[in-house]
Amino acid sequence: MSASLKKGISALKEQVDSTVASFFSSCVHCGMCAEACLFYTETGDPERTPINKTEPLRRIWFSEYTLVGRLLKMLGLAKAVDEQLLSDWETLVYDSCTLCGRCSMVCPVGIDITDMIRKTREGMAVAGHAPNGLIGATQRAVTIGSPMGVKLPALQAQIGHIEKDTGMTIPLDVEGAEYMLLLSSMEIMNFPEFIEAVAKIFKHAGVSWTISSEAFEATNSGIQIGVSDIAAELVQRTVDAAEKLKVKTVISPECGHAYMAIRWDGPNLIGKPFNFKVRHILEVLDEFRKDGRLKLSGKEVQKLTYHDPCQIARRGGVIEEPRNLINMFADDFVEMPDTGKMNWCCGAGGGVSSNERADEIRLQVFQRKKDQLDAIHVDGIISACSNCRIHLEDGLEEYHMDMPVLSLTETIAEQLEEN
Amino acid sequence: MTKDLSRKDRTLGEALRNQGISRRSFLKFCAATASMMALPPSMIPAIAHALEKARRPSVIWLSFQECTGCTESLTRAHTATIESLIFDSISLDYHHTLQAAAGHAAEAAREAAMEENDGKYLLVVDGSIPLGNPGYSTIAGISNLDMLTDTARGAAAIISVGTCAAFGGIPNAKPNPTGAVSVSDIIKDKPIINVPGCPPIPVVITGVLTHYLTFGTIPELDHLARPKAFYGQSIHDRCYRRPFYDKGLFAETFDDEGARLGWCLYKLGCKGPSTYNACATTKWNDGISFPIEAGHPCIGCSEPHFWDGGGFYKALSMPTENISKTAVYTAAGAVAGAAAVGVMNRAKKNKISESHEKVSIDDLTR
Amino acid sequence: MNEIEFLSWVRGPGFQIATIIFVAGLIIRLGETLLLGRKTNLAEAKGSEMSSGLRTIASRMLPPDMETFKRSTFTVTAGYIFHIGLFVTIFLFAPHILLLKDIIGFGWPSIPTQIVDAIAIVSIITLLAILAHRITDKVLRYLSGPQDYIVWLVTITPLVTGYMAFHRLGGSPVTLLALHILSVEVLMVLFPFTKLMHTFTLFLARWYNGAISGYRGVES
Repeated sequence: MSASLKKGISALKEQVDSTVASFFSSCVHCGMCAEACLFYTETGDPERTPINKTEPLRRIWFSEYTLVGRLLKMLGLAKAVDEQLLSDWETLVYDSCTLCGRCSMVCPVGIDITDMIRKTREGMAVAGHAPNGLIGATQRAVTIGSPMGVKLPALQAQIGHIEKDTGMTIPLDVEGAEYMLLLSSMEIMNFPEFIEAVAKIFKHAGVSWTISSEAFEATNSGIQIGVSDIAAELVQRTVDAAEKLKVKTVISPECGHAYMAIRWDGPNLIGKPFNFKVRHILEVLDEFRKDGRLKLSGKEVQKLTYHDPCQIARRGGVIEEPRNLINMFADDFVEMPDTGKMNWCCGAGGGVSSNERADEIRLQVFQRKKDQLDAIHVDGIISACSNCRIHLEDGLEEYHMDMPVLSLTETIAEQLEEN
Repeated sequence: MTKDLSRKDRTLGEALRNQGISRRSFLKFCAATASMMALPPSMIPAIAHALEKARRPSVIWLSFQECTGCTESLTRAHTATIESLIFDSISLDYHHTLQAAAGHAAEAAREAAMEENDGKYLLVVDGSIPLGNPGYSTIAGISNLDMLTDTARGAAAIISVGTCAAFGGIPNAKPNPTGAVSVSDIIKDKPIINVPGCPPIPVVITGVLTHYLTFGTIPELDHLARPKAFYGQSIHDRCYRRPFYDKGLFAETFDDEGARLGWCLYKLGCKGPSTYNACATTKWNDGISFPIEAGHPCIGCSEPHFWDGGGFYKALSMPTENISKTAVYTAAGAVAGAAAVGVMNRAKKNKISESHEKVSIDDLTR
Repeated sequence: MNEIEFLSWVRGPGFQIATIIFVAGLIIRLGETLLLGRKTNLAEAKGSEMSSGLRTIASRMLPPDMETFKRSTFTVTAGYIFHIGLFVTIFLFAPHILLLKDIIGFGWPSIPTQIVDAIAIVSIITLLAILAHRITDKVLRYLSGPQDYIVWLVTITPLVTGYMAFHRLGGSPVTLLALHILSVEVLMVLFPFTKLMHTFTLFLARWYNGAISGYRGVES
């Protein structure tokens, strides 16, 4: 119970670096970022203009780190960060932003607005202005190990079912395995077929893998709520487990922000490089494909498209790999209008789906994805993030659209040649 | 000195006929004058009539702080031009350079002319008037200021010939040690026509006089009291080298290829764009040439303060100080300043990092 | 003060003061921005930061993808027109090149004055349209503050006074030239304290953007 405005301001001060200063110095108020953000385009609310979401951080940069700003602050003429501002900005920074990164791609002067919204969350969170749903998820992640409260017994139960149904063994705590798989709570509880699919594929490919019973959670609420210290604590658990089991590569599953958390933020959060590699499951599968370890026999005949999860594609760099894999089994694959790194967010990432207050807007902005789908008339959507998957299903239902949302990994597993 | 009344009473027309100037030549002059002043051809008979009947008015010419260049320009008397003949027909009652008399006799002639033609004589002034110390320029022990105010009292109109009389001219240039001022700085209650130039073009002076003789009025003047007929357009607008300016072809030095090809002299400091005079059309020496045609940039001599315009060889739009030096010195100082600010910023960040308390889940709620 | 004294002042001390404030302001702003530094990235890289950063500096200058262009047609189009217009009128006009040559020691060829003239008119009209857009568009109205309007004014005034001085419209050419030079000096003085700094900082911002994304293997 010790969040405070003072802590928030201090946290914001810590976030200012040369990138932040360069970005704020360059904004010319052109408004193009608004037209790139589905939370603006589908609501028409100008407050949701991405650069506007960073206002608390901007005020701190200006009044603390610029000569003119400091002088104005001394004269009492600089805009301050106060309780009112943070309170007003809560729904802009959390409910109306998935950190999807589309704004950063269109800004003509090159501002990485997304990065700055992420930094703004550092201050909002310790000032007590994060959404309750996210706070709860974070508390559970830290104390229990999973934001959804999933503990080892639950995982073991799922594993038990799979082993019984398929006869395969799911390797737990195998020291020296080449790969260590992480799982999102969502997959464990809602899509356990994913675990089965991975087992099948690795067996087919003849590659060793394992899951750590001490640290199997992929998601990182610290990243979503925007508190690096907490994110670091969660990453450390994975690092400890990976080092203990002496694995070569840690696999981030079909989850969006988990990849960002462990692959790109991880070493920076804990302050030292990893001595293992981190790869997304799609990168691993694409490696198998290149090495000739994947032999598919089936073909998908329905017309399919691919939804690029923002944290994996645009913010993560895994754009070509899914397409290489899809082309192995899809007979009729079409890209969405605006594809790859310019694809539109589903609307649920970045902590939005953990925030009940944002349920309404989350479904409202799905209109953007609906418009994309309406343009191409497909029979099904493939994706590689469980959160996107759940939300796509919710959205399709809300808008009375009837089509399956497929996991890419699961589809590959289904198409494997039977030995 | 005896007064030649018969010469004085003779009309201009009688005087010209006496000189053997045919009516034809005279009318040609009137036509040329009319066209120069942009008057319609229908005015030519009016000009001819007025000039013919013109009683030679009394003209008193006062020369103050001047170089006599204006008189020189006006009285290019090698050729028997119509212009110089007209001057035979004006009663030039006082002129230092041209008069025969000297000393007390000259001053007496001036006073007599003033008394006889009170309210009707034309006062022509060249040279500036020093206000710093009357001793800088005196005539017969009388200061320029006193002589001007005295003589102006009974004048019908005043013509300030040359940039010195019109605007202060060269004596007025910084630091203006004599406190030189123009005629219009002193006389406020008489019509004044400024005919600037250093010197002015001869026909410009005679054109103004002709206008006054014909109509008895002052010609249309611009905001600097210069006759629009001669000072209404800039050199730039009438310069034959203008196409080169528009195409961006400039002489860079006085003897480079561009200079030889007659390219625009803007880069060599030509003040043509901001100078209003008739040089580019009427030209000098009976239309032979003018400075730009001779390869020298216009120095803007018919404009006020042309001497203080920052240099004849620097375009008017160029800075007068050494900007690159200023920039380099500023940059050197600023780098130090930036380093200081950078240190301040870093220190602040370090301080905050050091006092960073690890955030726990308890810090997320109030 | 008469007009030639006014012109002499803006050509002389005025220009010096403006230069000092502009140069000092620019360097201090860039210094206080860059010297904050940023932490080294400890994650395993998928692409090169330097080349990605440089690529983004260039690529963000190009027109965006079709969808983005459709959604921001006016901003993109008007932006191109007036920026190119400013570039041409400032850097490709003979009297300006002469000035720059005097300051930095070298010049370059100019383009005919009639073309620069036409481009100046087009730029002025475009800037007026941009103001109208800023006032009527709801996002821009929300985002804009006094600084946006002041900067607009300070940008269009040199164009307008320059055009007037060149054509000697309305008054003495000496005064018009002096006003034009003065308006540029005002621009120079306000430059380091406003969003005009983007002229320089966008190279930093675009580089950082490209570097951050490029590290992760994404061309941004």
